[in-house]
Amino acid sequence: MKTKPSNSVIIYPILFLLLLLALWQIADWKWDIPRIILPSPWEIGTESFKRIDDLLSATLITAQAAISGFALALVIGTTLGLLFSVSKIARLGAYPYMIFLQTVPIVAIAPLIIIWFGGGMASIVVIVTVISLFPIVTNVTTGLRSVDKGLLDLMTLYQASPHQVLFKVRLPNAIPYLITGAKVSSGLTIVGAVIGEYMAGHGIDEQGLGYYIFMSSQNFQTEILFASIFLSSLLGVTMVTAVAVISRTLLAQWTFQLER
Amino acid sequence: MSQNSAITIDDLNMQYGSATVLDSVSCNIPAGQWVSIVGPSGCGKSTLLRCVAGLTDPTTGTVRLEGKQPAFVFQDPTLLPWRSVAGNIQLPLELNKQSTENQSKLVLQIAQFVGLEAADIDKYPRELSGGMRMRVSIARALITNPTVLLLDEPFAALDEILRQQLNQELLQVWCSQQMTVLFVTHNVAEAVYLSQRVLVLNANGTLCGDVDINLPADRVPAIRNTPLFLEKTAAVTRILQEGL
Repeated sequence: MKTKPSNSVIIYPILFLLLLLALWQIADWKWDIPRIILPSPWEIGTESFKRIDDLLSATLITAQAAISGFALALVIGTTLGLLFSVSKIARLGAYPYMIFLQTVPIVAIAPLIIIWFGGGMASIVVIVTVISLFPIVTNVTTGLRSVDKGLLDLMTLYQASPHQVLFKVRLPNAIPYLITGAKVSSGLTIVGAVIGEYMAGHGIDEQGLGYYIFMSSQNFQTEILFASIFLSSLLGVTMVTAVAVISRTLLAQWTFQLER
Repeated sequence: MSQNSAITIDDLNMQYGSATVLDSVSCNIPAGQWVSIVGPSGCGKSTLLRCVAGLTDPTTGTVRLEGKQPAFVFQDPTLLPWRSVAGNIQLPLELNKQSTENQSKLVLQIAQFVGLEAADIDKYPRELSGGMRMRVSIARALITNPTVLLLDEPFAALDEILRQQLNQELLQVWCSQQMTVLFVTHNVAEAVYLSQRVLVLNANGTLCGDVDINLPADRVPAIRNTPLFLEKTAAVTRILQEGL
């Protein structure tokens, strides 16, 4: 039913990128910019290629932390959403603090999380969970609560139990909202993972992209810094796309409500 | 008619803050009768129907229903968008834990009874037209084989031709099922055409008219041109205007 994107959507951005890289390379030749400040695309490419194994395994480690934290956020977020939709006291009492959690900069709470969970993977996963929790909680709560009043009347008419109302109306109604929340969160997971690794990823064997960003900036390996930035962004895009594709295939019945 | 009353409304009052929506409404509706309620917008017709259905609690007064729970057709189709036509029609059976083995046969039977086709049964509400969705809504109401059917301006959003067609089909359903029907509308001609009795609510929420419609039981469109039909329509309209 959806129209396929035409080739021009892909070709023009690629042409633009090639043009930009060419200008960059030419500027580097012409003015001889020091590689510590701005390495040329060619230098970034060759230097990264020498360390391709390290960089790829770092990308996988970051992906692993992001996916684990994201899964945790989905479980906790849905549970909290259920709690907030069922209990008015919980909603009124605790919901404002969810907003508080969202407004505190993640770099400000990350050190605390590292004190509690140690300088390793556990802390990184928790940081990812914290940063991606809010969109899921708010969306699920809204989805569970914003049910068409007519449908609730219908449930009352047939004397449906609270259990039936939850499983036959509220939860299905919340699924498109959960998808929206998950899409927003999926991009944030990489932000959380990179910040976590930047601050807590030193002492362990599994060193992710955040660690490489930290180390390469300390050692003025600007080529590796550029490569790590590029791989982080690529990972973020992949996460968002993966969530969109999974929701469209597994939950096709519900996603139509978002595409209207 | 010496039949038992299917719906007994006794001194019903409804107050929203300082506004009186229903004022001492009392009436008996015998089993098997088709009764329409007409009145100006906001006079409490829908509230009265919701009180009968048990969806709204009146401020004072009681409603007694004979038999099992009533079926209700809302103004909107009120379908679950994530369920197919069949899934929507069988919802009341699931909620009442009355699911049976040959349920799918029953669902298909009811669907065809209200003018849906076998091919529509697996479609989703978004794939249907407004009229078809209303048919699904009616099928869902009929699946429990109700003795009382409550209709709240069910076809208000549809065009005139489709509306008359669906009204005609509802009449057939009523004839074959021995149901008591309470039908809320703002259209006097529609009420007279369909009903055996028309109740008129005025703007203050008082029952100000109770007109017997002694037209032939077999309602065909030609009835609309008979003197008796025009006379009854005029009578109901007059009461409505007096009540404003």
